[in-house]
Amino acid sequence: MTTTLDAPAAARGTSTASGRRVNGGNLLAYLIALVVCGITIAPVVYVVLGGFRTTAQINRDPGGLPDPWVFDKYLSVFADANFWTQFLNSSIVAVATTLGVVVLGVMAAFVIARYEFVGRGFLFSLFTAGLLFPLTVAVLPLFTMLRSFGLLGNLLAVIAPQIAFALPVTIIILVPFLRAIPAELEDAASIDGASRFGFFWRILVPLSWPGLITVGVLAFVASWNAYLLPLLLLGNPATATLPVGVQYFSTAYSQDTAGVLAFTSLAMIPALLFFTLAQRRIVGGLTGAVKG
Amino acid sequence: MATPTISAGPAVTSAGPAPLSPPRPSRSIVKRSRGALLIWSFAAPALLVYVTFVLLPVILAAVYSFYNWNGLGALDRFIGFDNYARALADPIFLGAMRNNFVIVVLSLVIQAPLAIGIALLLNRPLKGRTLIRTLIFVPYVLSEVVVGLAFRLLLPPAGPVDSVLTSLGWTGEKPLWLADPDVAFWTLFAVITWKYLGFAIILMLAGLQGVPDELSEAAAIDGANWWQIQRHITLPLLGPTIRIWAFLSMIGSLQLFDMVWILTGGGPVNATETMATYMVEYGNGRSQIGYGSAVAVVLFVVSLVVALLYQRYVLRRDLSGAITSRG
Repeated sequence: MTTTLDAPAAARGTSTASGRRVNGGNLLAYLIALVVCGITIAPVVYVVLGGFRTTAQINRDPGGLPDPWVFDKYLSVFADANFWTQFLNSSIVAVATTLGVVVLGVMAAFVIARYEFVGRGFLFSLFTAGLLFPLTVAVLPLFTMLRSFGLLGNLLAVIAPQIAFALPVTIIILVPFLRAIPAELEDAASIDGASRFGFFWRILVPLSWPGLITVGVLAFVASWNAYLLPLLLLGNPATATLPVGVQYFSTAYSQDTAGVLAFTSLAMIPALLFFTLAQRRIVGGLTGAVKG
Repeated sequence: MATPTISAGPAVTSAGPAPLSPPRPSRSIVKRSRGALLIWSFAAPALLVYVTFVLLPVILAAVYSFYNWNGLGALDRFIGFDNYARALADPIFLGAMRNNFVIVVLSLVIQAPLAIGIALLLNRPLKGRTLIRTLIFVPYVLSEVVVGLAFRLLLPPAGPVDSVLTSLGWTGEKPLWLADPDVAFWTLFAVITWKYLGFAIILMLAGLQGVPDELSEAAAIDGANWWQIQRHITLPLLGPTIRIWAFLSMIGSLQLFDMVWILTGGGPVNATETMATYMVEYGNGRSQIGYGSAVAVVLFVVSLVVALLYQRYVLRRDLSGAITSRG
């Protein structure tokens, strides 16, 4: 347990010998960092600033700065009922997905990590095999399945499959984490009269917070950014989630470039804020990083 | 320079303990019979959700793929392997598959050296390194829809990118970044690189934390220069991280969908079609669920074969790291 937790902290403190020895490299390093960060951040800055311009300004000088600064576009997005519906839907879906993944994941990982039972190996293999099933393969049958349940357009239609598809990675991260908690703690707890569930709830879960936060953050960001499932399963784009809403807005108001930029930047700001707050866990806990 | 001790190599730093090492013995076995019901009641909710929403749809996709079915009505027009034959004979689908593989190769050949080089340069005590890392990681956190849309607005003819290029001295005519079939694919790849390079850099930096200082210090005392140290000590020790990144990158490249769908929709003239955009376009867009499912199964089989071959021939040595560090 301690070793797992200490590793990132210790790593942050260290620096490489090569860094200390080759001082001439520092200037180059700053230069490269500047260029890379510049290329990384420029499109984001452009989108955010573009929302403070008018479409006429953008057409006149595509690469320019706001002159004068216009707040109408952002204000009109804030006044747009669809934006808030989509924002609320994205939030509900992301929170429900995260809670579902963490609760179901930690329960399954708990028994896989700490108990010997018939089918344990099979259960773990079954979940790990899930890494090989991309969402894209399942999405057409999910569509027909959920339609026959009458769930199309219901947020549950997105939440349940998202939980299911996040379970493999969650369980794979949590199993070693839970196994690292010393058996003595469980012995002590059972001597003190704790049931298996009592041990799980009062000792194991509190001790696993860092792992739970890592998987929770990954599930949240993935859900917040998800596009394919909400696109196909929620139907009406005006009342879907933000990624679908952004795309819908950009087609519906394609002439209003500044408005699209304002809408886009408001859609990405929650993810950026959340990431900034949780970035040590994302970067440190590296990282449920499958593209697409 | 590389001694036997060095070539052993560390596990990826973030990897944590190996999965499913032999379980804690005896004590829990004693409780086995009594606790079996309780144990399964812990695992059951996850298992139920997973089977219903992952395994069942995948199996259904395999079943649908043998039918001519529009998604409505009875599933009764069994046509054997016709859907597969049709997909594998369709030049658009084959082109899409080729695009996926070109992106796989280009990602490995272009993104890996870039990411490793930048990570090596940044792996030193720099002022503001937290800020630098945060900024580098930003594109990875943004949704693909937002990224695709932003670049669609950045790249129109005489748009922001063109005007920046003009002010940098390129006064001539610019390519039609997204509208020219010969150019669009490369534009797409550039945007993919923008989106995912930061993740690769951060992963490499994390891997570099696991390379002990003592080795490069010793080499420096022996007179090795910076380049020799990187080439003969750091890079070999970074091997596991690079191999895992390559795995994630390949699988991601094969399943590419969101960004392409927003940025180009697979066009112009199918120049940026991928297997996944083709599947959604035909399966959902044209209500050919049977045919789309066959395409999905092909996509799955291709990913599976690539994953298994890679694990068999490349990842074998650090397989335990491969599974844990996906998290």
